[in-house]
Amino acid sequence: MEQIISLLDVKKDFPIFKQKVNGKPLVYLDSAATSQKPIDVLNTLEEYYKEYNSNVFRAIHTLGEKATEKYEEARKKVASFINSSPKEIIFTRNTTESINLVVRTWGKANIKKDDTILLTEMEHHSNLVPWLMLAKEQNAKISYIPITEEGLLDIKKSQELISKKPKILALTHISNVLGTINPIKELIQLAHRNNVAVLVDAAQSVPHMKVDVKDLDADFLAFSGHKMFGPTGIGVLFGKRKLLESIEPLYGGGEMIKEVFYTHATWNDVPHKFEAGTPHIAGAIGLGAAIDYLQKIGMQNIFEHNQKLTEYALNKLKQVKGIKIYGPLDSKLRNGVISFNLADIHPHDLSTVLDEEGIAIRSGHACAMPLHDKLGITASARVSFHVYNTFEDVDKLILALEKARKVFRL
Amino acid sequence: MTAEEMYQEFILDLYRNPSNKGALENPQIKARDVNHSCGDIIEIHANVNGSSIKDIKFSGKGCAISQASTELLVESVKNKHLEEIKNITKEQVLEMLGIPISAFRLKCALLGLKVLKLGVYNYLGEKLEDDNLS
Ligand SMILES: Cc1ncc(COP(=O)(O)O)c(C=O)c1O
Repeated sequence: MEQIISLLDVKKDFPIFKQKVNGKPLVYLDSAATSQKPIDVLNTLEEYYKEYNSNVFRAIHTLGEKATEKYEEARKKVASFINSSPKEIIFTRNTTESINLVVRTWGKANIKKDDTILLTEMEHHSNLVPWLMLAKEQNAKISYIPITEEGLLDIKKSQELISKKPKILALTHISNVLGTINPIKELIQLAHRNNVAVLVDAAQSVPHMKVDVKDLDADFLAFSGHKMFGPTGIGVLFGKRKLLESIEPLYGGGEMIKEVFYTHATWNDVPHKFEAGTPHIAGAIGLGAAIDYLQKIGMQNIFEHNQKLTEYALNKLKQVKGIKIYGPLDSKLRNGVISFNLADIHPHDLSTVLDEEGIAIRSGHACAMPLHDKLGITASARVSFHVYNTFEDVDKLILALEKARKVFRL
Repeated sequence: MTAEEMYQEFILDLYRNPSNKGALENPQIKARDVNHSCGDIIEIHANVNGSSIKDIKFSGKGCAISQASTELLVESVKNKHLEEIKNITKEQVLEMLGIPISAFRLKCALLGLKVLKLGVYNYLGEKLEDDNLS
């Protein structure tokens, strides 16, 4: 069986795989929810707390200087990772907070009564609920680019909806349910020709493939550190510098100001005007280490690895009796995520059976209730991959699904 | 606890062939709730005779545990006094189920009870407190 040689030893870099779960070696198929953490990242976090823990920007002492330097170095790493500049990188808690930040600042200032917000039918709640809230407040409208039977965005409809000049197009790069890779570069071009701003939810793409914001020409792009080997609690919002400079900050407090008087205040430069208060210093530095690790393996290698696993898994899953797979069946159109249902076994029950075999999957609506409605289901089971997964993991999954069929007398 | 111990024949049978599934027209008692984490949905309809349950039906979608426990619960409260229903404990539901339930799946097993109590409290014009659910 073909295995990607350069990645064979990757599992060793992740201490979590040393343990057994329910007496079985851990088979972790839930990286779309959150990835595991390599030892380099864990060491970096420990080093910060043990050796130079202190606040950033405000401390003129050795530790404070080192912390500030490392924090800003992490920002530079993030910037170059997605081909932007450090001034365009805002540290947040996660994708959700990044999107809310755009909605509350740029959105609130630019979206008014009867304006349209254009989303897609495959959005995660985090790129849907904040817009619903804004639309309600501003009396704005929301339209959705529909998905085809196959689980792809309906391109003809996208063109039609974009030409109606919504204020913003906010869409996911890779669907966390269908695995679909959306043609965002083309959609962004189309949007810009119509003067439509674009926010990309890159929570599932930045961890798995090279994302270049300049090449894409995205206006805003959001992702989470915890899905790309970094710690929880640290996320990123990229915004084009001009846009960031044109909008008001969301939170007021320390670090986001230039001067404060009893009567008024002036704002710090970007990106600091969006980072009020003590940030997640360890998280940002840990994310920097995660990016080093991703780059050591190489984004193209990671993409191809997940592509091969997805193809292998799709082929095997298709043969399981009673399975219904969602999203495109051509593995080239998707990456790293496969959602399905098995006969009349509820995904929750399936999880329980699989857990007994040490296999961790996601079950439920994967934070995409409207999409599940559209698919005519209330829940699905989801497997998702990252570099530490192997063909053997997929084989174990298939065996466990056969076992589930037996437990359910099918 | 193994999966085989949990998904016994009778549980699967209750899940696949419930006898109390359906809806009532203009029911006096009507309540619905969902488990957000998993998407389990239960809706219960009931009519009252004096102060006892006369007809009762449930509908919904979800895992074998949530559906089987609701089927058992609904069957057990027919002709029951509303005050008695208010006092049903979670232990009683788990005892009816008679299979080991992990802490993580408790929410599934108890969703039906939550919905039933919600309906009864509402019907009586009383407020269901968290304490009344244990
Ligand atoms: C496509 C997509 N968008 C947004 C999110 C939200 O990420 P977070 O919970 O880290 O904010 C997720 C993951 O849960 C996701 O898969």
